[in-house]
Amino acid sequence: MMAAATAARNEPMPRTPALDVAAGLTKLASYPYQILTFVDDAGYPMSVALTADIDAPGGTASFRAPAGFTVPTGVDVSLTGSHIRPQPGYGYDERRHVTVWGRAATVGDRMTFRAARAWGWDEAEVPFFEYSERSTAQSKKYFDALSVERGTPVKPKLSFGWLALRTTRLPFLSATIVPVVLGIVIATRQGFFDPPTAILTVIGSAFVQLGLNVANDVFDSVQGADEANVTPTQFSGGSRVIQYGLVSFRQMAGLATTFYVAAGLIGLLLLALRGSPELLIIGVAGFIVSIGYTAPPLKFVYRGLGEVAVAIGFGPLMLLGAYVVQTRGELSWEPFVASLPIALLVMLILYVNEIPDRRGDARVGKRTLPVRLSKATVIGGYRVAAIAAYVILVAGVAVGLLPIPALLALLTIPLALQVSRGLEPNYDNPYGLMAVMGVNVKVHLYAGLLLLAGYAVVLILGAVAPSVDLFLG
Amino acid sequence: MSTLPDPVEELLNAALVGELTVVDGSGHPVTYPLIPLYDGEKIYLTSSTLFSRKLEHIKANPKVSLSITDPVAVGGRTDRVTIQGDARVIEEDPHGGWERLLPIWEKKEPSIVYFLKARVALPLFFERSLIEITPRQVLYWADGSPATAPVVSDAGKAAA
Repeated sequence: MMAAATAARNEPMPRTPALDVAAGLTKLASYPYQILTFVDDAGYPMSVALTADIDAPGGTASFRAPAGFTVPTGVDVSLTGSHIRPQPGYGYDERRHVTVWGRAATVGDRMTFRAARAWGWDEAEVPFFEYSERSTAQSKKYFDALSVERGTPVKPKLSFGWLALRTTRLPFLSATIVPVVLGIVIATRQGFFDPPTAILTVIGSAFVQLGLNVANDVFDSVQGADEANVTPTQFSGGSRVIQYGLVSFRQMAGLATTFYVAAGLIGLLLLALRGSPELLIIGVAGFIVSIGYTAPPLKFVYRGLGEVAVAIGFGPLMLLGAYVVQTRGELSWEPFVASLPIALLVMLILYVNEIPDRRGDARVGKRTLPVRLSKATVIGGYRVAAIAAYVILVAGVAVGLLPIPALLALLTIPLALQVSRGLEPNYDNPYGLMAVMGVNVKVHLYAGLLLLAGYAVVLILGAVAPSVDLFLG
Repeated sequence: MSTLPDPVEELLNAALVGELTVVDGSGHPVTYPLIPLYDGEKIYLTSSTLFSRKLEHIKANPKVSLSITDPVAVGGRTDRVTIQGDARVIEEDPHGGWERLLPIWEKKEPSIVYFLKARVALPLFFERSLIEITPRQVLYWADGSPATAPVVSDAGKAAA
């Protein structure tokens, strides 16, 4: 395991392939024609398409001098190859280009070209999204220069709605809503339901997660984790609003604080309304897990404890917290057992999302499980945790702690299998993994919703046919 | 008002990609494949701020050329052109100023409107500046062959 971790740390961050002259000429030779470009006497660039004979190992090319031009010989000229594949109704794909610079010389009616340097991009080697991510610094440079020119800050923009969505990573709120509502529903089944505090619980819990999401970006920025990640996806790599210049670091820190303060105030209100030592303990533990997830000194996620922290935070703490608000502190095994599959499945969201981030994370010492473990172990770990989630669910029903309709959540097994099968072929392809990560989010969401549906069946039957017992044993 | 020969306008309107060449601070030509957008008078290209080094070069030296050379990108035509001109960067509103050219862009790359609707996913890509080229000289190869000298015309006189 240590060897694997060391190997991961030493794995070089993927870069746009640096092209040496021979590689550049080899690529250039693969294009059906080349474009000779030089700066003419009037100072304008001039381009002529021609066919060059390329000797990549020798670092040279030769071509017939284009008619009507005097190609300069004492300065750098270039040869470029460019390719697209038209896709009617869409645009085009298969973008690639390469340019090789060097000096030309006239030899009879031909010209020789000795290459000196090369540059290019091939989206088959560096996907467009990664290429864009690697260019973020250039965008910042552009806006900084424009700000200086205008004497006032100029920043990239997004509409407020999109910016709010991106900044807070709002769609991930399902990780909170599922356990909290489940906790409330279980309490309701047991005869405890107080609508005002139930609503307050949902809102307060949502603020805790929003605070966590934003604080995670703040502390990852401080520690360089997001900058080191050049393959973020919609599921991984943070919101990146700080890196993109959309929101300042100070604004993000203020936003995280605001969310936590709002959550804290609601927590205090709930304590005042439904106070119990259990709620106080769960609330304090939740705050510690949430803030300590990325923030020093705890930095759970940097120590390989992020997965466990998320499992505890978005499993038992959220679910039991919502439950004890309703029961005024009374605890039972049912909500705890119900929280375990949810905890494992939410942990697996983070776990899979960490896979594409692992190289960047390793560079900044963020030693998540995919950083520490080998590919085979990570994939095996997914399978073990997913199986455990379903086994606990079935066992909970079998021993009579969970209602039979809770087994509806087993309907998500095909989705989990889809994720399991998708990890192997896409492990090293962040963009291929996106679809897998999307399905993995659905496993948790749908399992949670199906558990809720199971409890809805219990509540409805309890109302219309109280004699029907949906618990075994 | 058009100042370019008809075949050149046809190439500009058809081309999915052309090669913009700028001159860097060391006097070297630097070539970037881009979609040429022609409004009947000026040639426009757009550049994301992510890939804005070309804009720095143009601001320092506005002399540029745009060539259209790839038969695959122009529906199989074999004629070729290089247009030399003076460029300026239009960047009053990088967030939305470039969208006035969206109708021309969409004709060549229909998917761009779908990407734009999802700009939250790639916000910096849609922070863009325009490059406006005023053509000065046109070099046209009817047969596309470098063995034949191009027909050279001043852009301002070509339409006459």
